[in-house]
Amino acid sequence: MGLDFNLKPSQDEETEYKTVDLDPEMTYDVLIIGGGPAGLTAAVYCMRKGVSTALITDEIGGQVTSTTEIENYMGYMYVEGEELVDKFEDQVKQFEIAYQEGKRVKSITDDQINQVTLEDGTTYQAKSIIVAAGKSSRKINCPGEERLTGKGVAYCAICDAPLYADKEVVIVGGGNSAIEAAIDLAKIAKEVTIVQLLDHLTADEILIERLEEYDNVNILYESEVAEIEGENKVENIVVQDTQQNNKQDIAADGIFIEIGWIPNTSFVEGVLQLNDYNEIMVDCKCRTNKEGIFAAGDITNVPFKQIIIASGEGAKAALSACDYVLKS
Amino acid sequence: MPLIDDEVAEQLEEQLTVLENEVNLAFFTQEFECESCQTARQFLEEFSKLSNKINLEIYDLKEDSDKAEEYNVDKIPAAVLLDKEKKYSGLRFFGIPAGYEINSFVNALKLVSGGESELDDEIKDTAAKVEKDVHFQVFVTLQCPYCPKAVEATQQLAYENDNITADMLDSSIFNHLAVKYDVSGVPKTIVNETEELVGAQPPEEFLNAIKNL
Repeated sequence: MGLDFNLKPSQDEETEYKTVDLDPEMTYDVLIIGGGPAGLTAAVYCMRKGVSTALITDEIGGQVTSTTEIENYMGYMYVEGEELVDKFEDQVKQFEIAYQEGKRVKSITDDQINQVTLEDGTTYQAKSIIVAAGKSSRKINCPGEERLTGKGVAYCAICDAPLYADKEVVIVGGGNSAIEAAIDLAKIAKEVTIVQLLDHLTADEILIERLEEYDNVNILYESEVAEIEGENKVENIVVQDTQQNNKQDIAADGIFIEIGWIPNTSFVEGVLQLNDYNEIMVDCKCRTNKEGIFAAGDITNVPFKQIIIASGEGAKAALSACDYVLKS
Repeated sequence: MPLIDDEVAEQLEEQLTVLENEVNLAFFTQEFECESCQTARQFLEEFSKLSNKINLEIYDLKEDSDKAEEYNVDKIPAAVLLDKEKKYSGLRFFGIPAGYEINSFVNALKLVSGGESELDDEIKDTAAKVEKDVHFQVFVTLQCPYCPKAVEATQQLAYENDNITADMLDSSIFNHLAVKYDVSGVPKTIVNETEELVGAQPPEEFLNAIKNL
């Protein structure tokens, strides 16, 4: 029996964390919402420019934290998501930045002085805001999904797959993450059913070939999940054929939802202009339709959601915001 | 063949240099070892050699039943953390703390060796005042990047108060318990059999669960 270790690198002894608490009485030059690659890069740029900066994030790292392997962030031939986040964190926290983790923003209002209100009711003020709140796993939005989350409805296949040895599972989606999850589960589960909306899989060919090696996998094309049933845990999945419109029941102990990501824009609705995908519309300087409010990273309409692109956009938003603060 | 390869051993060695005082590890197995007990023992034997501050004591669940009773150990493989005076800390690991759990294990050792936890003073005070017996059982899988957060949060609370025990349990090894407690997503924490929390909740939420007991 071999063992793998995902050891986090220790915090560099040289970098001492200097972060301070946010002050509701203060008006910050720049307030950053979000702690993924875009928000963290923006923080470093703002602190180096010497403007007073605050950063609020639900979870540091964002989507990068749940990425296992990264092989396309320059400077690293291979790095694990967690490790890259730790490096980002060290780089931000070497500064005396006002930093708050574990809080969600409820709303923002634009005015001479912008206001950011958290779900717990606290309000902070800033001359400019950078919205970099990223994306979250897309949900099916069908009956039973929310009620049974953590009770068989899963969004982290790598975490929860080992719990489904010799069980029956459903995987929703046909992209890379869905097929990777299907392969992981096919190794140990009794039966795997993939429910895909399109008439083909969109995952890379190499993954589809790997999936075809397993004979316990069944794929339902042009189908969607209509309901997730079960009293205290997932027991049955109602799948609807979108062509014939007929429904079938699939007995399952778990359902893994891997249908992509949606932008976390609910707290800016009505304030900022969004596109059809609910992404914040920005121009090439990361400016939104509201003066003094900037946006960066996966939450924006900038194409190609990549760590390196989000980081670059974060830098751009910070420089635009600093420019705005100095001129106003 | 060693379980901890040279590269990981070197990183661990460096991280363990911050251990302030000696830490004693009480490991429980049995004469005819199960596969995971054997692996866990080998892992701990290799691990404890990475710092001269770590002492490993190996016990047999049946033969040393007095010790097992003292630390309330009812299943194996189990590693119990004791401070320099061999005082029981309330921090335990059931299974093998490999994968992402190596991080919880290193942090637990740092705590018990006299380190400072990251908890806010307010939370520490509240945890210290808990009068009832509290038992956190945190079910994890070793591939789960979020799980160490739940393990560490509960163990930091346990470190503040002798009435609080916090266990990591590998769901794959203790599958029967995972089934018993309906663990279908990790991390999942069972508090005194009656309360449960799904997900890597912050320490405040674990304290709230204590209030509901």
